[in-house]
Amino acid sequence: MAVIKIKVNGKEISREVSDSTLLSDFIRDNLLLTGTHIGCDTSQCGACVVHLNGKSVKSCTTLVADCNGDEITTIEGLSKNGKLHPMQESFKKHHGLQCGFCTPGMVMSAVDLLQKNKNPSEQEIRDWLEGNICRCTGYQGIVAAVKDAASKM
Amino acid sequence: MKNFNFKSATSTKEATKLSSVKTTFLAGGMTLIPAMKLRLAAYSDLINIKKIKGISGIKVSSKSIRIGATTTHAEVAASKEVGKSIPSLAVLAEGIGDPQVRNRGTIGGSIANNDPAADYPSACLALNAIIHTSKRKIAADKFFKGMFETDLKKGELIESIEFQVPEKSGYAKFPNPASRYAIVGVYIAKFKNEVRAAITGAGNYVFRSNELEKALSANFSTSAIDKVNISSKELNSDIHASAEYRAHIIKVMAKKALSFS
Repeated sequence: MAVIKIKVNGKEISREVSDSTLLSDFIRDNLLLTGTHIGCDTSQCGACVVHLNGKSVKSCTTLVADCNGDEITTIEGLSKNGKLHPMQESFKKHHGLQCGFCTPGMVMSAVDLLQKNKNPSEQEIRDWLEGNICRCTGYQGIVAAVKDAASKM
Repeated sequence: MKNFNFKSATSTKEATKLSSVKTTFLAGGMTLIPAMKLRLAAYSDLINIKKIKGISGIKVSSKSIRIGATTTHAEVAASKEVGKSIPSLAVLAEGIGDPQVRNRGTIGGSIANNDPAADYPSACLALNAIIHTSKRKIAADKFFKGMFETDLKKGELIESIEFQVPEKSGYAKFPNPASRYAIVGVYIAKFKNEVRAAITGAGNYVFRSNELEKALSANFSTSAIDKVNISSKELNSDIHASAEYRAHIIKVMAKKALSFS
């Protein structure tokens, strides 16, 4: 056990957790931020993607102990003053989801893409979203959403 | 995942001191954590090495590129210096796993693990790398010992990997469509005195192809590869590809790697 101090969605948090706690479990079970989903739990599906110090990572394959002193942004941290993030707006507009299970990870991953590449091509979007799996196969809408969001961010 | 203690080392010395037969080093954890979750591995302590100064970052000279062990794949892929000096190495890094794996996974972790289908081991062999550890320097040719096996001793930590800058080089892989691990990956590098060709994904662990090297040393062209006979005898056969198929794909990827060089 150790006391972990991290900033989650702008808020300083200090919790005592066991050393083997995964970031995904910590976010969901300790912080009750259940927007971050656990799909495969084997770092393949990307439903658990969050930002760690501004970069997208799979929280199911990251230890909380390894994030001591770091900054985390989850899907709950994207909207500001009750207003959806442009990426969220865009997913809504383009129907970039069906069942919605993969959506938090898709959105977090896509936001990271636009930090690196402001105007990605369709191929670049598809390549980037390689680590996010949508089993409703709604990729057309997802790609359209990311492209549209790029024009607004 | 079985419970363990998480410890952070701030120096190589401390990391070595904390290590024992029951511990392992943690860098990006992109293989280690999944392996522990599947209970394929269990340790009493994980020793985080990411806080150690001096074992991260990229140094380029005219003859070599030295990459610190905890440098992430994303950093190597984005490095302008790597892209200029050994473009094939940046291409390789850009093709590992997915963006989230590249943001976290490290070069040192990749080669210490020596997964039979990992990308970096082929770069080490083809680019005649020197593995700098906390104890010594190891030539890549002597570093990779078998499936998931290296010459590293318990408590020995990789500090950096030094790649020799070739005249020309290329890497091409035929990835598993789900995991992006190489079903076959071929790295070809042409130096002043020799041509080196390393294959990953196809065998028990990364190896050099004498057949390809011989043919390409005589004639560095795709037509030379056409005449090479690759034996399927020692190659992997699994649900993704038979040994015969892998033998064929080695030549296809070798030509592709050459076209990138």
